[in-house]
Amino acid sequence: MSETAARFTVKAHVFGPDDIRRALVRVAHEIVEANRGTDDLVLVGIRTRGAPLAERIAASIASFEGADLPSGALDVGLYRDDVALRGPRRLESTTIPVDVDGRVVVLVDDVLYTGRTIRAAFDAVLDLGRPRAIRLAVLVDRGHRELPIRPDHVGKNLPTSADEVVRVHVQEIDGEDAVVIGGYS
Amino acid sequence: MIKHLLSMDQLSADDITLILDTAESLRQVTDRPIKKLPTLRGRTVCNLFYEASTRTRISFELAAKRLSADVINFSADAKSSVSKGESFKDTAWTLEAMGVDAIVVRHGSSGAPHQLSNWAKASVINAGDGAHEHPTQALLDLFSMREHFKDFSGLKVAIVGDIMHSRVARSNIKGLITMGAEVTVSGPPTLIPPQVASWGAKVSYDIEPILPGTDVCYLLRVQQERQSEQLFPSLREYAALWGLDARRMKMMPEQSLVMHPGPMNRGVEIGADVSESPRSIVLNQVANGLAVRMSLLYLMLGAPNQEAAA
Repeated sequence: MSETAARFTVKAHVFGPDDIRRALVRVAHEIVEANRGTDDLVLVGIRTRGAPLAERIAASIASFEGADLPSGALDVGLYRDDVALRGPRRLESTTIPVDVDGRVVVLVDDVLYTGRTIRAAFDAVLDLGRPRAIRLAVLVDRGHRELPIRPDHVGKNLPTSADEVVRVHVQEIDGEDAVVIGGYS
Repeated sequence: MIKHLLSMDQLSADDITLILDTAESLRQVTDRPIKKLPTLRGRTVCNLFYEASTRTRISFELAAKRLSADVINFSADAKSSVSKGESFKDTAWTLEAMGVDAIVVRHGSSGAPHQLSNWAKASVINAGDGAHEHPTQALLDLFSMREHFKDFSGLKVAIVGDIMHSRVARSNIKGLITMGAEVTVSGPPTLIPPQVASWGAKVSYDIEPILPGTDVCYLLRVQQERQSEQLFPSLREYAALWGLDARRMKMMPEQSLVMHPGPMNRGVEIGADVSESPRSIVLNQVANGLAVRMSLLYLMLGAPNQEAAA
């Protein structure tokens, strides 16, 4: 059931804690601006690392808007299109504290790559209800889309080649905030 | 994950924990308005039942459907080709030729699922074979216990009844011992096999002395057909000596649970008032069975499909 036996080696640290903090604060402002306020917003982080990022964006919005936005986490494992190819992943809970009907769901993820995870997230959200709109905020957009999916808010654009691996480390899970590029050896 | 699930012997504590954790995530889905998931689209599950069953077959059928797999139900009754003399092996090959991905099998003979796993390319899941094992029942029982007691280490479980002929008891004892629980079996001496100690369980022929130290009292169905074999004198005597009535339930600790795999014989192994008391989690067991079977199908069928990869 392990993801892969190959070892991940870090080639370069691209962004550090301050870069990530500033990017998330800007994304938080953009989300509120694009929505003309915080009405009906619900932040939904895609597990695993989108979840703590959504929490941070919610905390940031609370600090400058004084509004406590509902924020939750979504596991898309059951909706992925590669279950038969890559095997089952360990599932985590989906915790969205409010009914999504009629709300504006802002999906939050760490890295946007092929777009397939986001496609799975659309289906997962739509099975929970009918939001008025779904928006997408990502910390890093590394390109190489395989589906017609475009983010609404991007923390950092990071041009990469397809054989590179981009990873976001977050304090809550990895003990540090960083964006690293590496490869499997 | 394992390819076939034939016996609880195959599962380590880590495997069981993964199955139960996955079931917990899937349990959430069963409580929401849209209960269907696309995960196993294109996969086919066959329920091959050579023995009567309501809850196990329906539970597997619903579990597969909730994950968007296609389901074929095959019951070996007067309407099937078995009544024309088709052998188990030919039936297996027929299913194989239709391209099923998993066969859920219940059979009166111990070892039938094992035999089937030698013939079939599909994953075989044992849904009860003779007096051997019923691993999915044990997994859903473990899930139900874990819902109430955080972990299994030191959990005291009494399994009461016909241990000898019970596949439910055998699978539960193995699973509970693997998870670190303490198991004591009780029942008529004629229905307790002498090798129980080698499974790691204790024996108490009297039920009352063990009740005060029991967290879970698991009652087995009295198989009435055993009475004709004269393994116990009468249902009334069984109820008087080993049945859990309200008086005996009071001897158990405050937070303890009563479980039963169903179908229940009220007034025999379980008092009618006990079966309807808040301590009895029989219906919870049924609901959890669905989540646990979804978890197993996801973990076993979600694995890379060799045919698709080839």
